[in-house]
Amino acid sequence: MTSPITAQLRKTALNGAHRRLNAKMVNFGGWDMPVEYSGIVAEHLATRTAAGLFDVSHMGEIEIRGPRALDLVQHVTCNDASKLAVGQAHYSGLMSERGTFVDDLLVHKISDAHYLLCVNASNQDQDFDHIRRHNAAGAQIENAGARYSQLAIQGPKALCILQRFTAVPLDSIRYYHFGFGTVDGVDSLIARTGYTGEDGFEIYFAPEHSERLWSALLDAGSGEGMLPCGLGARNTLRLEASMCLYGHEIDETTTPWEAGLGWICKTAKGDFLGRDVLIQQKEKGIDRTLVGFEMLDRLIARDACTVSIGGALVGRVTSGSPAPFLKKNIGMAYVPTGSKAPGTEIMIGIRANQAPARIVPMPFYKRSK
Amino acid sequence: MYPTDYRYTKEHEWIKVAGDAGTIGITDYAQNELGDVVFVEMPATGTKITKGAVFGTVESVKAVSEIYAPVSGEVTETNPALSATPELLNSDPHGAAWLVKIKLADPAEVSGLMDAAAYQAFVSEKGTAA
Repeated sequence: MTSPITAQLRKTALNGAHRRLNAKMVNFGGWDMPVEYSGIVAEHLATRTAAGLFDVSHMGEIEIRGPRALDLVQHVTCNDASKLAVGQAHYSGLMSERGTFVDDLLVHKISDAHYLLCVNASNQDQDFDHIRRHNAAGAQIENAGARYSQLAIQGPKALCILQRFTAVPLDSIRYYHFGFGTVDGVDSLIARTGYTGEDGFEIYFAPEHSERLWSALLDAGSGEGMLPCGLGARNTLRLEASMCLYGHEIDETTTPWEAGLGWICKTAKGDFLGRDVLIQQKEKGIDRTLVGFEMLDRLIARDACTVSIGGALVGRVTSGSPAPFLKKNIGMAYVPTGSKAPGTEIMIGIRANQAPARIVPMPFYKRSK
Repeated sequence: MYPTDYRYTKEHEWIKVAGDAGTIGITDYAQNELGDVVFVEMPATGTKITKGAVFGTVESVKAVSEIYAPVSGEVTETNPALSATPELLNSDPHGAAWLVKIKLADPAEVSGLMDAAAYQAFVSEKGTAA
């Protein structure tokens, strides 16, 4: 039997454009998405040194409206959305009653009565159902993914390339803020956010303009060293920047404290889903903690490899890969909290080998300002 | 594209044979599927390899691929260039980026492998894009 999810792959409005560029396509959470065009290493390095253009239209958008919009956002997410100014965004977690992640997301405050949530592609329908189930506030909730395409333009040259297409003074949009304006004549929400560890923007607009905007940005960026980038480089870039990926570092079994995301978990803001559990866990202390590690020999840790300390199996690698810019093999894993100190030696099970690695501080990569 | 004097496996290895000496590598199709190769792990000289069994590993940024022996034999040489420049596998998979040289246990095993035309047809069926 074929499950309904895999029966028909979902496509972004740029599917044809990716195929014309001879991208390698993969099934990513039910979406037919480009994993690479010219190669993950070239795309990764272009984003670190010049710019990368990513089709991230598979990401989901959920809009919350009405006088009780803030109450609902506050109830289902762990960060304190009451602190957001109009035109500001923050990273947050969509919480279960157990204080674990239903998803991670960006919350954009468009007005006092309008919030835009950007959620993971494969979670958007379950996120929407989850938020609806907990809508005691009676806010309006729209599963709006089909109304938006999203492009991410990331890297040190992203601002100057994008600026050619908009009258909005991009320099005036601060990090994790956004504005509205046209990009090449297309009405857009322009947010200074990203998932690469670089400066850059994520722009949201109506899907029918996708091909034109994609082509215009690619043409303008080609002289600057910008490359179209797939999900392969998106993953290695976010891993170097030590950003969590849902289904890897965080899921319905992990809490913000365990994942090193205490900075988005504001238990003092008032009641929200999972708050009691989270307060208890904080008082009691966590058994396991997410850490970053570097391999000490040439072997490459991969997702789900075992982690051992002193011969005892203590956890699994959540993400592991070569880091193309750092030229090291890195990864993230959960280890017992008592063993989280940087410098601690751990062993990674890779095929028949026990390969040595060392816990290091995160982020692995931090751009120079 | 695929040298006519090589023989090929369904797992995308090639072997070039002269008498009882063979040179083994992976095909252009395989390197293209893998993407940027960053690590190659091959057995030491003297290791016996068995037809159809895994004898080494090639890793790209995104994937790990096991390498299967097209025929049985004993490793006589491994390619020293691949340790420092694994990316050779992307640029010259049928030439400079050979993986190992072996002494064949039974040269007759080669006749069971695909020739270039059969391999070309095999990969064409799979399509060019992953």
